[in-house]
Amino acid sequence: MKRICAALLAAAFASAAAAAEPIKIGFSMALTGGLAGAGKAALIAMEIWRDDVNKAGGLLGRQVEFVYYDDATQPAKVPPIYTKLINVDKVDLVVSSYGTNEIVPAMPIVMRNKMVFPSLFGLAANEEFKYDRYFQIMPAGPEPKTDWSKGFFQLALEQKPRPQTVAIVAADAEFALNAAAGARENAQKMGFKIVYDKTYPPATTDFTPIVRAIQAAAPDIVYVGSYPPDSVGMVKAANEVGLKAKMFGGGMVGLQFAAIQKNLGPLLNNVVNYDFWVPEPTLNFPGVKEFLAKYQKAAEGKGVDPLGHYLPPFAYAYMQILGDAVKATKSLDQGKLADYIRNTTHETVVGKVKFGRNGEWATSRALMVQFRDVQPDNLEQFAGPGKRVVLYPKEWKSGDIVFPFKQ
Amino acid sequence: MRGWGFWAASAAVLAAGVGFTELADNPYYFNATYVVLQALIMAVAWNILGGFTGYVNFGSAAFFAVGAYTTIFLHKAFALPLAATILAAALVCGLIGLGVGYLTLRLKGVYFAIATLAMGIVLETLVNNWSFVGGAKGTYMLTPDQHLWFDSYSEMLFMVMLVLALGAIAVSRKLSSSRIGRGLAAIRDDEVAAECSGVPTLRLKLVSTTVMGAMMGVAGAPYPYFVTYVDPISAFNLFIAVNSIAMPMIGGTSHWAGPVIGALLVGSMQEIITVTISSELNVLLVGIMLVLFITLAPQGIVGLVRKHWKKRKA
Amino acid sequence: MFSADLFANAVVSGLLLGGFYAAVAIGLAIVFGQLDIVNIAHPAFVIVGSYTAYIFNTTFGFDPVLVGVAAMPLFFAVGVAIYRIYYAAFERTGQESLSGLAFFFGLMFIIEVTLILVYGVDYRLVSAGYSGNTLSFGYVDLPLRMLVPFLVSLTLTAAIWLYLSRTFMGRAIQAVAQDRGALQLMGADPVRIKQWAFGLGIATAAVAGALLIIIGPVEPSVGRQYIGRVFAIVVLGGMGSIQGMLIAALLLGVTENMVSTFYGPSWAPAVAFGVLLLTLALRPSGLFGR
Repeated sequence: MKRICAALLAAAFASAAAAAEPIKIGFSMALTGGLAGAGKAALIAMEIWRDDVNKAGGLLGRQVEFVYYDDATQPAKVPPIYTKLINVDKVDLVVSSYGTNEIVPAMPIVMRNKMVFPSLFGLAANEEFKYDRYFQIMPAGPEPKTDWSKGFFQLALEQKPRPQTVAIVAADAEFALNAAAGARENAQKMGFKIVYDKTYPPATTDFTPIVRAIQAAAPDIVYVGSYPPDSVGMVKAANEVGLKAKMFGGGMVGLQFAAIQKNLGPLLNNVVNYDFWVPEPTLNFPGVKEFLAKYQKAAEGKGVDPLGHYLPPFAYAYMQILGDAVKATKSLDQGKLADYIRNTTHETVVGKVKFGRNGEWATSRALMVQFRDVQPDNLEQFAGPGKRVVLYPKEWKSGDIVFPFKQ
Repeated sequence: MRGWGFWAASAAVLAAGVGFTELADNPYYFNATYVVLQALIMAVAWNILGGFTGYVNFGSAAFFAVGAYTTIFLHKAFALPLAATILAAALVCGLIGLGVGYLTLRLKGVYFAIATLAMGIVLETLVNNWSFVGGAKGTYMLTPDQHLWFDSYSEMLFMVMLVLALGAIAVSRKLSSSRIGRGLAAIRDDEVAAECSGVPTLRLKLVSTTVMGAMMGVAGAPYPYFVTYVDPISAFNLFIAVNSIAMPMIGGTSHWAGPVIGALLVGSMQEIITVTISSELNVLLVGIMLVLFITLAPQGIVGLVRKHWKKRKA
Repeated sequence: MFSADLFANAVVSGLLLGGFYAAVAIGLAIVFGQLDIVNIAHPAFVIVGSYTAYIFNTTFGFDPVLVGVAAMPLFFAVGVAIYRIYYAAFERTGQESLSGLAFFFGLMFIIEVTLILVYGVDYRLVSAGYSGNTLSFGYVDLPLRMLVPFLVSLTLTAAIWLYLSRTFMGRAIQAVAQDRGALQLMGADPVRIKQWAFGLGIATAAVAGALLIIIGPVEPSVGRQYIGRVFAIVVLGGMGSIQGMLIAALLLGVTENMVSTFYGPSWAPAVAFGVLLLTLALRPSGLFGR
């Protein structure tokens, strides 16, 4: 009897030990510094995914555990972090931090270890490396730089009378300049005349002189590549100067965030800007509502975007794809995982995802949305449909453009 | 430390470094040490002007960034190897240091501090608008396949940084113990008196700004290889400037060993915190340590140790 | 590209911007210009002012400028406390040049990180009833978002100028900058006067912060953007001179907006700071210094 008990106990311990050995997923994230707002929101979304998976029994019957460090939005911190994750913590899987600057320093290390690298919002970050195990969840498309603004110019092209001239203005920093370069290419390809093409330093306080200089060049449409504080400055300045352009917007980061939307209010009306997910009926993918409900609860009091439409669903989705790959291949073999992710159409909270060239989305889903009927000082209005109407691409369209743009 | 003792210690550190690359094959330790060594060179460099003469440089990040961008430019234009770009970075940043010093060192110390701030912004704007080195968009620096006789790329960068750091310490020690060093100390204590007693104050100050600039450029030169992607925002990071002021202040500015001790202590602490607590505390800690040290122990760790020794002797 | 319309608007908007710069710089003109204390953390206090305005605006709907003015006594007290520490640790022992600079550098970092710990890093904005409106005179526009900060800043500057030149304490502050010994002989306590002046300098940050958040969104580290600018203004203005500071601020605003309108906004900061470097090299007493 005693012996049987002992044997049973030993067996129980052994299986408990095997089950207790969790799958470790490692990453660095900007939890302080300039990108911390986005980094913290992404982390919340990723933790929701982890809890969802663990509640359903984990992956391969093992619980999922995160090992993550704060890169403080400093690229120099990224190489030590990823070598620590891979060589010291011996994580099973890695995913990226947020943003091009924090993703790229990890690339050579991840490549040397031949690991799958799902990555979060790096703009054309794989263009130079061409690493075949890199997968970008941001739906910018196979040609990220031009796909980003294609919709904006395509929409302009369809209007009557057809706009002829364009102004391009962008902040002096990585994303905005790439967006502007893509816009320049699109404008030329589609036969627009560029009448103003300038950049401004991110630390600009007053945007009215810039908008006035644009006004003086009398463009029909204005493409702006900007970051949150300057997006606010540009929208306010355009309103104050009474910008006469017929379309305004394009690549403005920040107009996707609830706090800024609330503050700008009706000034946003008819601005046409990019987005990746908005609560329109055409984009109501399975699971996204449930996810956002969880996110909005978790985000309370954390100083992050309260609605979480922009980044969090994608942060959830890039984990979802990795998790599904582990489940489907029943292994942690990096080669098998990469093959699976590359060759499968994934069902995620952000819709069907298929990867193509350089690990970017096979087809772009850079949406062009137009702000409509926005009321002053009301945050809740943005939680539902109707305020950000999808104009482009046709597949996701939920309304028609108001043209010309009037303040 | 006597002369032979210092050189023996340096040789021992270097040998230990080589042994380390032979024994350990864990790139984390090389990468983490690289970051600490980079901070060490910056701290030693800052102290040559700040500690020895009392002139504050707020623009450390600008010198560092110019070093990094010298590498990028020479790599893109002529495909020069790292060793050559380090030398070039020393030259370019030394000249910038000389220029800024020449323009402002005749004035009161605060003007120099403000000039370094302004210089940082002007240089950043220039780089932002210089599309050959990537401009504000940033640029990629792919890791080359060959890495001399080292097993991995991180090992090579680690050894490069170790050699540079030892060199920086040797230069700083030499400066502080030579006639130049005594002249610099005289400037720090009372510039007018030094001038009156025949110390060529301007020339000495120019020597130290030039050496400071060159050393910071050297610290920045390998940076593009380390991070593979450089943009002006990360290269001109204020955090670099903060560290290069805080580390000597914490270690003690009056002795060449002060910044070394400060950098090793604060730098490795930062690395450890990054992978343990990993939060805002990291940044907060440096600020709090800096303020605590300069209010309570203005002579830094070196000063504390000296005081302790004096007490024991007495 | 050049037109009278553009030119007039560049000048006017530059003046409005410069007026706002004056509000940020005036505290430093007192602290750095008169007392020779290199308070590099001044912009960080301005951000604290912005957050104060933000909190009272969003929870109670108070006007940001009123909140800024109401917060001045509190900021004054904080300033006095900081000067006490500064005096005890550095000035008394004659170590202000090196350690003092590093002290404020560390202080700036602590303020910034504390704000991040408490409020996170996302951008904060306020809503003031007037901020969307624009006054137009012919082809010159005056957006209230810039005009209100400009007017408040001018009022603040005028008040400080009157205070420094007309009151006993104000004159004592100017005297302490010029001849400390003489002041002591007259029986005034220079430390008390300096702490009063330092408190006053920090108090202005409450108002400047409120103005900053009216103009645009604020997050804890935006203060850094102003460090270079405000020091440039104080040096250009000839250190202690309040009128000089105001003229320098307006000049910088107009220069930036002219470059921005006619040449390309990308070069605006280099031009402004290039002017500063040249001033330091050629005329270190500032454009309006004695």
